[in-house]
Amino acid sequence: MTTRILERGDRIFGIERRLFLRQALSLGALSLLTGCDISDDDEVQNILNFMSRWNDKAQALLFNRERLAPTYPESSVVRDFRYNAFFPADQAPQLAAGDYRLELSGLIEDKRPWTLDALYALPQESQITRHICVEGWSMIGKWSGTPLRLFLQRVGADLSARYVGFRCADGYYGSIDMPTALHPQTIMAFKFADDILPPKYGYPFKVRIPTKLGFKNPKWVSTIYVTNRMPGGFWEDRGYNWFSGS
Amino acid sequence: MTMLAKESPKASNPVATPRDGQRHPLLRRITHWLSALAILIMIGSGWRIYNYYPVLPGGFQFPPAYTLGGDYTTSEALHNEDGLASALGWHFAGMWLLALSFAIYVIYGLASGHFRRDFLPIRPSALLRDFFDALRGRLEHRLGHYNTVQKAFYWGVMFAILIMILSGLSIWKPVQFQELTWLFGGYEVARVVHFVGMAAIVGFLVVHVVLTILVPKTFVAITIGRASSPGRQRRADGELR
Repeated sequence: MTTRILERGDRIFGIERRLFLRQALSLGALSLLTGCDISDDDEVQNILNFMSRWNDKAQALLFNRERLAPTYPESSVVRDFRYNAFFPADQAPQLAAGDYRLELSGLIEDKRPWTLDALYALPQESQITRHICVEGWSMIGKWSGTPLRLFLQRVGADLSARYVGFRCADGYYGSIDMPTALHPQTIMAFKFADDILPPKYGYPFKVRIPTKLGFKNPKWVSTIYVTNRMPGGFWEDRGYNWFSGS
Repeated sequence: MTMLAKESPKASNPVATPRDGQRHPLLRRITHWLSALAILIMIGSGWRIYNYYPVLPGGFQFPPAYTLGGDYTTSEALHNEDGLASALGWHFAGMWLLALSFAIYVIYGLASGHFRRDFLPIRPSALLRDFFDALRGRLEHRLGHYNTVQKAFYWGVMFAILIMILSGLSIWKPVQFQELTWLFGGYEVARVVHFVGMAAIVGFLVVHVVLTILVPKTFVAITIGRASSPGRQRRADGELR
């Protein structure tokens, strides 16, 4: 009698288990089919963000201040460089040379704004480097301008601070680590392919950083500031990795 | 693996039948399954990342449903971007899991003698014979016995994973690891290598899973540690048939 009940119990359990398995399988298949995967779950996002902070640290360790990005011959420069922003090219900010002022703030001694003429009077260098987008495409371009390091020294920035932040005329914002800001190839690029930067490429200047992904190279820069508080960035605040070094 | 030379309980059997068996130590099982999980994460998120700038001519794209990175519209609503950030998040988290579990798996496999005992030797003649037997569907799959095609396959997939890690590093860090990127023929070529390596691993996975379905006890062994099945009788020349 007892045995029989146990047997029945076992069978019911077995059927339930099979049903459960079948449901789990079809749930899995359903989630695959609808593309509604676990990525949007808050806990998963927390784990991914944690790993992204970890990767910031790993990349800061890997970053070598003396290591230069590879450079290329003039012949490999792409002149019709890909336009990239979150708005169409004809909506790019049109800044007037006479009105433009570069504002400075944060841990900087001399915060007087800079006119474009004053900026153009600074020493300039050229580089032919590969611009790599986080989406995977890459293009070789030629940029000319003033090393950011030289500019930061000139205005008396606290070079022992942790971050250099940028605010842009189009509402974009971003920030980089101080070692990258002081890297010899990090320049305030006033020219592309030997011509004054056209509005769609970031007139009057973009910060060209060949040791970082493309979105870490802000265009239409209107303010530079130095800080010890992590300033984040437009795409970084949407889940992209902050350091994003190459 | 070593044979579990257990006596058959059937007294009626005139010849003692050895049982085929397979044992996998705990560390091998853990690193196998963690590597498997990491590889699925890397493939799923890699397909989503690939879709943003396809390597293949003609712009072939992977169906979003088979990629990892979240639903496009949900992602747009929650994070203000359509899922590339999550896919990259998965990829750069998964790479640590893959590198760690794969490194431990390989070091343990080499140190414990598992690779030498089970994945070697690979004689060209045996490889050819087993390959054509496999094509004709006449290759036996016995628990704990690795045929030459199988041995070559395991070396092949481990090589492919190594190439994936190295080409991945040269795409991730084309400045810091520029010598490595140069070895792969530059940034753009490294991306193609990274794609081809993925295709090779997916190809391996298909065969690996199909054969596991055909010999399900291998799944038992790699999961709970051991499995066995009745062996074949030994022929007069000692060859197992």
